Amino acid sequence: MFFHYVELALRSLRQSRVLTALMVLSLALGIGASISMLTLLRLLAGDPLPQNSAHIFEAQLDPLPSEGYLPGQTKPGDDLTYVDAMNLLNAHRAGRQAAAAAFHARIAPQQTALAPFFGNGVMTTADFFPMFDVPFEYGGGWSTSEEHAGAQVAVIADYINDKLFDGANSVGKLIRIDDHDFRIVGVLKHWAPQPRFYAGEGYGVGDAVFLPLPSALDVGISTNYFSCYLQGDQRDLRTAPCTWLSLWVELAGDADATAYKTFLSHYAQQQVLLNRFYRTDVDVPNLMQLLRNDHVVPEDVRQLNRVAFGFLLICVVNTVGLLLAKCLRRAREIGVRRALGASRGTIFVQFMVEAVIIGLAGGVLGLAFAELGLWVIRHQPAEYAGLARLDVHMFALTFVFALAASLMAGVLPAWRACLVSPAAQVKAG
Amino acid sequence: MMLDLRPILASLRAHRVPALLVVLEIALACAVLCNAVFMIGQRLNDVHLPNAIDEQNISVLTLSGTDSGRAAGEVAQDLAALRSIVGVQAVGSSSSVPLDGQGVNDDFGTQPDARTEDPSSVGMEYSFLGEGADKALGLRLLHGRFFTADEYADSHLRPELMPSAHVAVITRSLAQRLWPNQSALGKVMYSKPLWYTVVGVVADVLCPDDSERALQNRGFYYSVFFPIDPAGSVGVFGPATTQTNYLVHSAPRERDRIMREARAKLTQLDPSAVLEVRRFTDIRQHYFADTDSVAGILALICAVMLVVTAFGIVGLTSFWVRQRKRQIGIRRAVGATRVHILRYFQTENLLLSAAGVGIGMALAFGINLYLMQHYEMNRMPWYYLPGGAMALLVLGQLAVLGPALRAAAVPPVVATRSV
Repeated sequence: MFFHYVELALRSLRQSRVLTALMVLSLALGIGASISMLTLLRLLAGDPLPQNSAHIFEAQLDPLPSEGYLPGQTKPGDDLTYVDAMNLLNAHRAGRQAAAAAFHARIAPQQTALAPFFGNGVMTTADFFPMFDVPFEYGGGWSTSEEHAGAQVAVIADYINDKLFDGANSVGKLIRIDDHDFRIVGVLKHWAPQPRFYAGEGYGVGDAVFLPLPSALDVGISTNYFSCYLQGDQRDLRTAPCTWLSLWVELAGDADATAYKTFLSHYAQQQVLLNRFYRTDVDVPNLMQLLRNDHVVPEDVRQLNRVAFGFLLICVVNTVGLLLAKCLRRAREIGVRRALGASRGTIFVQFMVEAVIIGLAGGVLGLAFAELGLWVIRHQPAEYAGLARLDVHMFALTFVFALAASLMAGVLPAWRACLVSPAAQVKAG
Repeated sequence: MMLDLRPILASLRAHRVPALLVVLEIALACAVLCNAVFMIGQRLNDVHLPNAIDEQNISVLTLSGTDSGRAAGEVAQDLAALRSIVGVQAVGSSSSVPLDGQGVNDDFGTQPDARTEDPSSVGMEYSFLGEGADKALGLRLLHGRFFTADEYADSHLRPELMPSAHVAVITRSLAQRLWPNQSALGKVMYSKPLWYTVVGVVADVLCPDDSERALQNRGFYYSVFFPIDPAGSVGVFGPATTQTNYLVHSAPRERDRIMREARAKLTQLDPSAVLEVRRFTDIRQHYFADTDSVAGILALICAVMLVVTAFGIVGLTSFWVRQRKRQIGIRRAVGATRVHILRYFQTENLLLSAAGVGIGMALAFGINLYLMQHYEMNRMPWYYLPGGAMALLVLGQLAVLGPALRAAAVPPVVATRSV
């Protein structure tokens, strides 16, 4: 029976090719636009560490002075001063913990004739690699004892290894960063969490080099991202009244997070007594909460999504109209079928099958439009643009959209069709 | 014309559902169009913001990552080398350039005890200019003066990474924000323990970066310029991060040659530095590239949306015309001219479109209000509403023309045939 409906539907669609083409095209354009924009949104709002983001938390304190403080309203910022970050690290209140800051690394190749170039760098502490499950191609991270000893070691990204060492195992070789030599201890597999949540911000290819925080500071490497709450000496960020280090802790669950927050509160109150702090607000958001609070998704992308979904809605309404026109035109045929014994339900199903066929065709074409849309996005200048690709989820979602859209579009026309009274139509002839 | 209204309304009542669908589609299209065009308009407005420097004449050479001790001594030498190039009209160093994305900001107040975190302090982005940079940029002085040679020479980088000279040149917008309806000349801005006297006011120059515009108290034109000695023009972004921008002013047609020669000279003087040579116009284009591209994508979606809406109207009206072929024939047979029939369908479409854009404008306004409350969105100026409405009325008339002409072509003889 079902195949009979499909056959009927196909025949009816063939009869009015232009109208059918318009409906398929309209649905496909709407689906293509919304799927490509949604792909972008999902990419940017996604979980940078799908395996363990629930266990990653950021410690937040507020070292700012009394000026501008509104109790209960002012929220602590994302970054800590060097002093506070070190105090928290030394307290060892979490399973794993790491401080991190971003910097611009000037990388000067030693062996090759390449010109020096800039890459994004991170200065951090030993737990960074195991805590974020960073995958290594060769070697591994540095140890805490190496770090404390001030070892000049570095972990480099796969693309830097390809560029400088042609992808060979470069562990033990030297790399020159900001006029200082660092011994490579690890080479990463491709690792680029989106967004780059742990230090700096934004999206992209991933960081080029990772250095131990103490030895990077010892040779005078400094971050470009710092914010000072007092006018003071800013020449050495270890003592400056500036926040620039983010502190990450790995905690098993919410109970541990609550305990850690209590610890932070005590710490802040202690600092107030020492006259270092004025404010006692603290927070320990987990990774996904943090990304939501910080509104990491660019407003541009959200606006594009709103417009694209508005457009999809228009396309669905448009399809409803065209389907309705098409089915009203066939009132005679419906009348005859009803007179010959077809029930209302039968007519309804028949028209819904027709709508679904249009929807599926729209989905297939929509997929092509979505790919086209993403191709266009990939050629835009935004830093995240190159990452926009359709994955299995979005592929499946395209057809969910198509099906949902066509069912929505089909209900009204099918309902009208099954209301056609057989007598009136047969007589009208 | 007016006579036509009654039969139109009667026939619309008979085809309520398709008529409502057309109204709904036009209303949605109008609402989306108004908001999307507003979003495009805001972006184009940003892209074309005026900027009171000689944008067409400036080349920027960015030298970064050299050892700070060495670079400081070499600034004067580099400047002399650049000045010796034929066709160069002015040369100077600057810590950052408008729209280069390297902004450094601070908050200053007008009271002597103002601190950087005071809520009443005003956020502004500053650049440190070396001698000659005012001419190289082509800053337009409105009141007061630029810095003297002594002020440049005696201004060193303090531990706060701020200049030791107590003078500043600010933009007109910033002057008005700090001291509304007063002359800013001679006034002092404070961020304890720092203080700077305003000696000059220049026409509005865009800030190096606008990423924090969403924050209160910020404006894209809140730029400040401080004088600095050659040694101080490196190390502004932190002592470890050294970067110097050399600004070269020349006639636009000589710019490319001068850039080539300048690159050769600087590379020769310091082979290990990372040198980037850009026209200012490229810096500006790069800064707004994202804005431009989002505006482009929005415009594309709008265009496709209008086409889809038009085809929807064409489809429904064609169906309508075909369904009423008989009635049209009868009307023609009893004396209606082709023009009457044409007008009939055009008027009908006008009625539906008018209802649609009426609802659409209200919807557009509502959506804008909602977005303003929940997201970063400004109030849509009123003229976007009639603008969008007009566009859809015209679109409706264009879309209906084809089917209406086909209707007008129906011969009276149809009435006498049985179908």
